[in-house]
Amino acid sequence: MDSDGEMMSDVSSPDDFLDTQASDDDSLGDGGFGDLDTGFDDDNDLFRQQRNPHEVEYKVLNPAEVERERQDQIAEVSAVVGLSPELAAVLLRFGQWNKEKIIEMYIDYPERTLDRAGVGPVTEGRATTEMIPGFLCGICFDEGDDVESYAMRCDHRFCVDCYRHYLEQKIKEEGESARIRCPGNNCQHIVDSQSVELLLSGEIRDRYHMLLTRTYVDDKENLRWCPAPNCEHVVDCSVKKRDLRRIVPTVQCACSHEFCHGCSLPDHQPAPCTLVKMWIKKCEDDSETSNWISANTKECPRCQSTIEKNGGCNHMTCRKCKHEFCWMCMGLWAEHGTSWYNCNRFEEKSGSDARSAQAKSRASLDRYLHYYNRYSNHEQSAKLDKDLYLKTEKKMTSLQSQSGLSWIEVQFLDTASHALQQCRQTLKWTYAFAFYLARNNLTEIFEDNQKDLEMAVENLSQMFEKPIPELAQLKVDILDKTAYCKKRRVILLNDTAENLKNGEWSFNVEW
Amino acid sequence: MGSQKRIAKELAELVETPPEGITVELADESNLYEWTVHMEGPDGSPYHVQRKIPGEALLPTGYPFKPPAVSFATKIYHPNVTTDEKGSMCLGMLRPDEWKPSSKISAVLQFARQLLAEPMPDDAVEGRIAEQYKNDRKRFEEIARDWTRQYATS
Repeated sequence: MDSDGEMMSDVSSPDDFLDTQASDDDSLGDGGFGDLDTGFDDDNDLFRQQRNPHEVEYKVLNPAEVERERQDQIAEVSAVVGLSPELAAVLLRFGQWNKEKIIEMYIDYPERTLDRAGVGPVTEGRATTEMIPGFLCGICFDEGDDVESYAMRCDHRFCVDCYRHYLEQKIKEEGESARIRCPGNNCQHIVDSQSVELLLSGEIRDRYHMLLTRTYVDDKENLRWCPAPNCEHVVDCSVKKRDLRRIVPTVQCACSHEFCHGCSLPDHQPAPCTLVKMWIKKCEDDSETSNWISANTKECPRCQSTIEKNGGCNHMTCRKCKHEFCWMCMGLWAEHGTSWYNCNRFEEKSGSDARSAQAKSRASLDRYLHYYNRYSNHEQSAKLDKDLYLKTEKKMTSLQSQSGLSWIEVQFLDTASHALQQCRQTLKWTYAFAFYLARNNLTEIFEDNQKDLEMAVENLSQMFEKPIPELAQLKVDILDKTAYCKKRRVILLNDTAENLKNGEWSFNVEW
Repeated sequence: MGSQKRIAKELAELVETPPEGITVELADESNLYEWTVHMEGPDGSPYHVQRKIPGEALLPTGYPFKPPAVSFATKIYHPNVTTDEKGSMCLGMLRPDEWKPSSKISAVLQFARQLLAEPMPDDAVEGRIAEQYKNDRKRFEEIARDWTRQYATS
């Protein structure tokens, strides 16, 4: 494990309002790529332990740690500005948890800051419910000297039943917590946690606290929930949104799920988030349709409208521009004379012109399909590899008894399978990435790396198809191939990550 | 929750001292949750015609914790009113996250009438009408007046 506290300084500069929030977290970076940076110190600086260019610094937190972090920040601000922790929490939420900024704002303009944050004028005394003679609740219009009522510092007083009902609805139905405002008409005051504590109890109060923690994570750019099902961990990584053009911040949760801290999608290195989204969208719109179009249609030689041949006759009339042409040779129908159903005019001039125009538009479709098919092939293969491994796993027990290997010793298959999955995931995204790359010298290096990784992966993948009894003999070979795959992957990722960081890639799209 | 008491009281107040240009009554005497509203188009606005514009206010059972819905019964040409048969009005204060249980229907109706006098094109539900309101006020007023005459008086 390395924890080089300086690494992030070159990608983020703590300057404006929202960007300084994580600047005080020097504790970042224990926990992380434990198993990924083994054995590749060949081109690293000999004097300094360094992270691979494609890796980022991050920390995995459990829910209790997140809550503790939140409480610590509240306590700190509370102590500095001399407000109760509940009000300090409202202030912090308002300032998106940027402690320094909030403290500074409060010290410079205490009243205005409190007002804008929805705290309002601070008065002494703890929150209690009261019975006030002549009280009339503005919500239910119940009145009487014995009606228990509550008001925050803004003095909008309502009966406890209505107040409670209001809070319950906000928490239960709208999932609100830190943004619930006073029920008074037009009042912007935030209902602080002290008021909620006083009025609510049991399950609903627990839910309120859970929602508070959740908003805390949602509010902070450096925190992100692990998207894996049932995982409650939070990953702390300080790569900023604006850096996502240059970095693909991939993290691994304590539950072992690897995902992108920028967009929560599963690991999509080397492609940056924006391109990934563009690609996914394109595939959703296009993939199946494109295949069908490619197989069943041609473009009108004059207006390029896509045409499906829906009858047997080769005499086509474009619906749109009324151009008449032959489906077989794409030439002008007029040139066909009377040879109606038997096109033998393959070398007609107009036909070859039309075919070259068509070839152009087909080429762009073919280009897309080239990348798409390889992308989806790796996706598919990763699934098959996994299925195969699951079958193998069952037989690992029998391998243990047959070959006398211990459980620990057969774990090499597990390692190999994991590496295979990871490499296919990377390969898959290299194709989406390549689709958007404009050709230059760098893309050639990239394609070489891609090819090397692909070959390494296929070689390892083959091993899994061997009969079970042979696997034991192949252990050393499989271990070698696994290490080689991992190495090729890191080489490819480092190359792309470095070029991305330095803005070396040129793309064929704006993003 | 005493929502019936609250509604009855609000209704009584509105009937007793109606705000300018607005009258309300229950659509059906046995149902407190459906109100018929008649709104006089503000002076000088294209919605000002002989008759009052009919509409309704629907109160959800969760009222006043849930916002009411206000709509016009006849077609209205206005950036903040849908031109479909619903004629629903888009008011910020009626959005569930904006609504406060202490807000009153009286205020909602007065705000709605104010909106007839001064549309809010930046907060529109009918983008095309809002565009026209901003760029070709004369034509907008013509159409709005035509619609009001045609639909609200028939």
